[in-house]
Amino acid sequence: MHELSVCQSIITQVAQIAHENNALAVTKVIVQIGPLSGIEAPLLEHAFPIASAGSIAQDAALETQILPIRVRCNICGNENEAAISKLLCSACGSWQTSLLSGDEMLLKSIELEKSEEQAHV
Amino acid sequence: MCDTCGCNVTDANRNLVEAGGKHAKTKAGNEAVEVLQNLLHENNHRAAHNREHFDKHQVLAINLMSSPGSGKTALLEATIDALKNSSEAFSIGVIEGDLETENDAQRIRDKHIPAIQITTGSACHLDAYMVHDALHELSLEGLDIVFIENVGNLVCPASFDLGHHLNVTLLSVTEGDDKPAKYPVMFRASDLTLLSKSDLLTVLDDFDVTRAEENIRNLANPAPVFQLSARKNIGMEAWINWLKQQIQHYKGHLESGETVLPKIQKEGQTLHKARYV
Ligand SMILES: Nc1nc2c(ncn2[C@@H]2O[C@H](COP(=O)(O)OP(=O)(O)OP(=O)(O)O)[C@@H](O)[C@H]2O)c(=O)[nH]1
Ligand SMILES: [Mg+2]
Ligand SMILES: [Zn+2]
Ligand SMILES: [Zn+2]
Repeated sequence: MHELSVCQSIITQVAQIAHENNALAVTKVIVQIGPLSGIEAPLLEHAFPIASAGSIAQDAALETQILPIRVRCNICGNENEAAISKLLCSACGSWQTSLLSGDEMLLKSIELEKSEEQAHV
Repeated sequence: MCDTCGCNVTDANRNLVEAGGKHAKTKAGNEAVEVLQNLLHENNHRAAHNREHFDKHQVLAINLMSSPGSGKTALLEATIDALKNSSEAFSIGVIEGDLETENDAQRIRDKHIPAIQITTGSACHLDAYMVHDALHELSLEGLDIVFIENVGNLVCPASFDLGHHLNVTLLSVTEGDDKPAKYPVMFRASDLTLLSKSDLLTVLDDFDVTRAEENIRNLANPAPVFQLSARKNIGMEAWINWLKQQIQHYKGHLESGETVLPKIQKEGQTLHKARYV
């Protein structure tokens, strides 16, 4: 399973941003994934505590937001939601569509705990 | 922040991704920082460097993916043999990814073609770092194509950019024609699907080539689907011709100062192009 590698990559990025911001700790990590990213949210959530142990994000909560699969038809221009293995136009039935969303694998944002003085600057 | 990572925020999904917008303070008084970077940012960075390296040497890099045992190494062996008998041959090198053993690289070296073995240990996919290390050992001088044989796995390899230019996916006919529907991430990303071990079609009554192709089209993937048997030498000519076309196409892109990226979807392409300048 590659979700552990993905989590390790998340922690590296998060630690760097936390460091740049002089944070004491990372309290939350928000990621957005699409069903077509190849990343499974439950596996990611399972791997996160393992990957974050001992890092500045070890007490952080991981929030995964799943984005919908949406396609636009290259033939008739219709836009609709689609199932993961049927990226078809719901209006004309064409398979010639472009993916509008659903393959994202994004580190959206993180929340940082800062010391009192810094927080008030 | 960086030009080449392609963090997959596009015009098409921007409204979804950025919904809620920036908010400086959370209820608990913590500070929220908007990031919007690819989860595999570091890997993608390394991949971009690998691609630059290939481009500098004008070597087309092809990521070969399939389930374990679908015939990736056999295809490479047959390709080497076919090239030996071809008049306008091109030269190839191979990077082999496996959990354990040097077997596959040895099979290639036995045919006097340079092959570097990467053993991943427990990792079920290659990543850009492993390929980068292998590139230190592989001289690209005089090569036209480097094949990167990924770890046999229809799930994980699809998520990792290696710095290659094209994805070729094998689906052996013994696996069943429903595999594209079951592994959409992999088959959506392939620039060519090879229905391998096609010599066995005659003894299998339930593999329907049309249905396999339909399942790939259902993923909005227009890429060609070829039948091929490495063992019985069926369909090798179409495969070799496709490779020649891809070399031409790639060199054409290099001449106009562009690289080639695995074609997954238009939006992704535009994004990458925009970020490449
Ligand atoms: N009948 C038939 N068998 C084939 C063909 N190609 C490969 N095989 C057999 O399939 C088995 C696996 O072939 P490999 O080339 O090792 O497959 P692979 O995808 O490289 O395997 P891994 O690297 O372990 O994932 C071997 O026993 C091959 O002889 C073919 O075209 N026809
Ligand atoms: Mg092999
Ligand atoms: Zn339509
Ligand atoms: Zn980057």
